[in-house]
Formats: sequence, C-alpha cells, structure tokens
Amino acid sequence: MSLTRQDVEKVALLARLKFDDDQLDKMTSHMVQIIQYVDKLSELNTDDVEPMAHALDINNALAEDEPRPSLPREEALRNAPKRDDECFLVPAVLGE
Amino acid sequence: MSDAPYEIVIGLEAHVQLKTQTKLFCRCSTEFGNPPNTQTCPVCLGMPGSLPVMNKKAYFLGMKTALALNCGIPKFTKWDRKNYFYPDLPKGYQTSQFDLPMSEEGYLDIKSLKDEFEPRRVRIIRAHLEEDAGKSMHDEASGKADSRIDLNRTGTPLLEIVSYPDMRSAAEAKTYMQELRLLLTYLDVSDCNMQEGSLRCDANVNLHIPTENGTIATPIVEIKNMNSFRSVERGIAYEAKRQYDVWQETGKVLGELPKQTRGWDDSAQVTRSQREKEESADYRYFPCPDLVPVVVTDEQIEAVRSEIGELPATLRERLTSDFGLTSYTADVVVNQGRELVDYFLELAAASGDNKLAGNWVQGEVLRILNDQEITIDQFRISAGQLAELLQLITSGDLDSSKAKDVFAVMLDSGKSAAEVVQDLGIEKVDESALEDLCRLLVERNQRVVDDVKSGNQKAVGALIGQAKKENPNVNPGQVRQICLEIINNL
Repeated sequence: MSLTRQDVEKVALLARLKFDDDQLDKMTSHMVQIIQYVDKLSELNTDDVEPMAHALDINNALAEDEPRPSLPREEALRNAPKRDDECFLVPAVLGE
Repeated sequence: MSDAPYEIVIGLEAHVQLKTQTKLFCRCSTEFGNPPNTQTCPVCLGMPGSLPVMNKKAYFLGMKTALALNCGIPKFTKWDRKNYFYPDLPKGYQTSQFDLPMSEEGYLDIKSLKDEFEPRRVRIIRAHLEEDAGKSMHDEASGKADSRIDLNRTGTPLLEIVSYPDMRSAAEAKTYMQELRLLLTYLDVSDCNMQEGSLRCDANVNLHIPTENGTIATPIVEIKNMNSFRSVERGIAYEAKRQYDVWQETGKVLGELPKQTRGWDDSAQVTRSQREKEESADYRYFPCPDLVPVVVTDEQIEAVRSEIGELPATLRERLTSDFGLTSYTADVVVNQGRELVDYFLELAAASGDNKLAGNWVQGEVLRILNDQEITIDQFRISAGQLAELLQLITSGDLDSSKAKDVFAVMLDSGKSAAEVVQDLGIEKVDESALEDLCRLLVERNQRVVDDVKSGNQKAVGALIGQAKKENPNVNPGQVRQICLEIINNL
C-alpha cells in the first residue's frame, strides 16, 4: 500500500495540523515508511487466525456503579488556556 | 398526509441517557443540574494517561432495553473511537461502538390512538452504548463572545437506538418516540425527560415522489434539535414540505447532493441548515485500546430478560382480553404509565367490576389528573376508596350522575364514599316505594304508555324527570327499567 501527498494533506486536515510544503514532503516520506513497515504484517498468512479486537487476552473489565469524588472545579479548569470562574472558554460555537 | 404528492421516509436515531449513578467510563456522578464542571475527573476530561473502566450497570441497562426492543444480543461486543474535533468533546473522540454493537435487529410496534395511521412494526437496526458529550453555552446577546463549556455531562452513558427508515409520516415518528419513551419508563432504565435531554432524537428524512419516469428520492436530510414530541412531528412535517418545494425548484435527487444536517428551530418553526463541515465526515473508527471487550453468557442474557417484567404491549393485551376493556381504554390507561395500570388493577379487584373500573380510571380519574397536572401517586382518592364508590353504583344505591357528585366531594374533603353519601343526604329509595312511585307515574301518563307501546322506548324519559321531582334520590336507571317493565306488562 502506498500513500500520496494528498492522503497526507487529508489526514493533516482531519488532525487539524498545518504543514508547509517542506514539512508535507517530509511527513509524506515518514508516513510511507510507517505504512511499509506495517505492511510487512500482510506477508503472514492469517487465513485461520481469528481477528482480534484487543491486544490483551482479557474481557469484561467492569466497574460497579458507585460514585467517587470528582475533581474540585479549580483543578479541572487549571490547564484551560481560557476560562472563567465556572467554565472552559472556547471560540464561539454557533449553529447548534 | 395521504393526499400529499409524495411519501415521507423516516428513520430515527434516539439517544437515551441510562439511569446510572456514575458515568460510562469513570465514577463521576451523572446527577443533572449541578454547577458547571463539578462532575469531572481525569478520565472524562481526557487527560493523558487516564484509564476508562466500563460501567457494569450501564451495560446491563443497555442490554435490558435492547431485549425489550426484541434485539439479539451478540456474545461479544467491543468499543471503538469515533474521531472528530468539537469543543464539547475533550478527548477528541467519542467512545462508541462501530462494527460489533452490543445489540442488533429488533423492532417496536406502534399504533395510533386517533387512527392517524395503520399499525406498524418499526424495525430496529441496532442499539449501542456510547458516551455523551459536554454542553456548550453561547450567550447570543453578548455578540461574538466566547462559548462556555460545561463537561458535567461528558461521559454520561447513552444508548443509541437506530431504527430502519420504516416510518411514513410525521405522526408515526412522534408515536414511535412516545412508545419508546413509554417502554423505557416501564423498564425504568432512563428518566426520559426530553426537556432535560435524557431522551433525544435525530431524524433522517427524505421523500419518495412518483413521477412520469418512475419514483424518485430526494436527498436525505438529518434533522437535529427536536426537544419534544411535538417538535418531532412538526420538524418532520416542515422538512417534508421543504424538500418537496426544493425538489420542484431544483430537481435534485438522492446522490446529487451530500447528506445535509438541519436544526429544528422551535420558535421559528423551521429547519435551518447547519454549517457544513469543511470535509465530509471521516470518523476513522478504530477499536479503543483502553477498553477490553465484553463477553456475555446465555445465562446472563436470560437473567436480564427475566427482569424485564410486563411491557406496555403485553399489558394492553391483558387489559383487553382478561379485563374486557376496550382497546381504546386499555391504550389510554397503559400509556399513562405503570402506576396508573396498578391503580386500575387494584380498583378492578376491589370493586369487582372491571369495565366500570376501566371507565372511571379513563374518565373521571384521568380528567382530574390532567386538570390538576398531577400523577396518580398524588391523587387523593385511593383505589380502595374509589372501589367503595363503584360498589355503590353496582349495587344500584347510586346512579352515575350522583356518583360523580359524590366523587367530587370525596376529592375535596378526603372523606369516604359512605360518609359523603350521608353528608349529602342521599338515601337509597326503598325498592317497594320506588315501584309504587313508578306505578303512580305510569297511571298518570297514558300518552307515555301509548308511545312506549308503539315502540318509542325513549318516551319513558319523561317519567324519569317526574320521578326525580317527586324524589331526588331515585336512581334514573332503575326508574327507567321498572317503568318499562310495568308498561310492557300492561
């Protein structure tokens, strides 16, 4: 499987990353290498192997529905780039 | 609907907040209405290194609902990340289910109380468990100011129930949501409050229009923001008309335009186009590496099934077949919720007259509940007390109009039926006295006798009026019966 510059541009947009031309070239060649590396896996014959849903062979990690204390609001808001006394602040969200 | 030059095709996606105390992947409280951002933790804030753990109760409430919707429960299910950026989604992805949902292929039967449409089985594609987003608040008045984000709701367990596009009118869509809400209430799995957002729905709507060149389909529009049953109905009805107008104007059909999202504006009663995303939706689902799959056994599934209890459809059937109620009365009583059904069952048992009990619950009791905007548990007259009143009707001591007077006083005073009857001075008229009175009236009214003899039974009504004048306590039904007997034996 190969990867084009357009693919990388699309993924960058989805990830909200902005690259200039040089960065885009570099990123494309990096990503091509990663894909090729992962592609090696397809050399294996997996016809008789059940697909995995998870890397660990563990199921049913479930917790009881019992409340525990939340973070104090001050702590929750501490890393916010912009905030007021109660809320995170973000550029206006309209049309909802 | 039927005279419209098109058929509306509707599929609904309902989102139900499940009644857990804690969130889906962390143990923050899900309580509604607390100050913003007081119910968060590193997990639901999406802090690096935090580890989500599935809420066991949420999973089993989801399964209970899915089973009640006649869905199959796969033994193996897993969670996936749905990636997109939005300010109310701190992790940058929603943990949801993609290819292996916890349930699939069920149905919900709907029918109209007012005969607006033929009964219909709406098939369910799937019901899966995912997390809710936070809430963004924007003060329009402050102009271009920032939006404020409250993450208390982030991570609240949601069951998304996706129907097939099986509905054909706005009334059907509204009824589907009402029937779903009723089912959820009987199951006690959700608060189902559309205003508070614990039950929400989006509708996918398009039209099939017969033309000379065969039937065409208009582009599918997803309608959001319908926060009441009425707005579901009105939003869809508006959208259908709008799509027809647009098709007439542009001729654009399905496939020629991308799927559009429109929001219902309840104050303006229109749907409005929501800002188109720069790129078509590409959620890049992949299995969530932080959560392990859930595997269930047949025994667990059957244990949950046995907890379901009687559902609205079964109860309606029982009230008509075992209790002899009309299907209308059964619908009305069952649609009010389990509590009113229990009230009816108790009243029927205590009064010994199922039909009379049904009529009184559907009539007088429900009228008071609606007038006073109260629920049955706030209703002053217990089923036992009302049963005493109904027994007075059955025994002939009270006619139905007097019984209603007594009922009104019972409601005001809190006294028993017997006490009120005494207070009002209502006395049962002695059988022989009543017969004497009737004979007297028949003798005095030869014309009524002639009329009845010639087949006009209604003429006897004149005697009832006179009997009431003679003695206000007489039971009109009894007077009618006795007078007719006397006349017919003449």
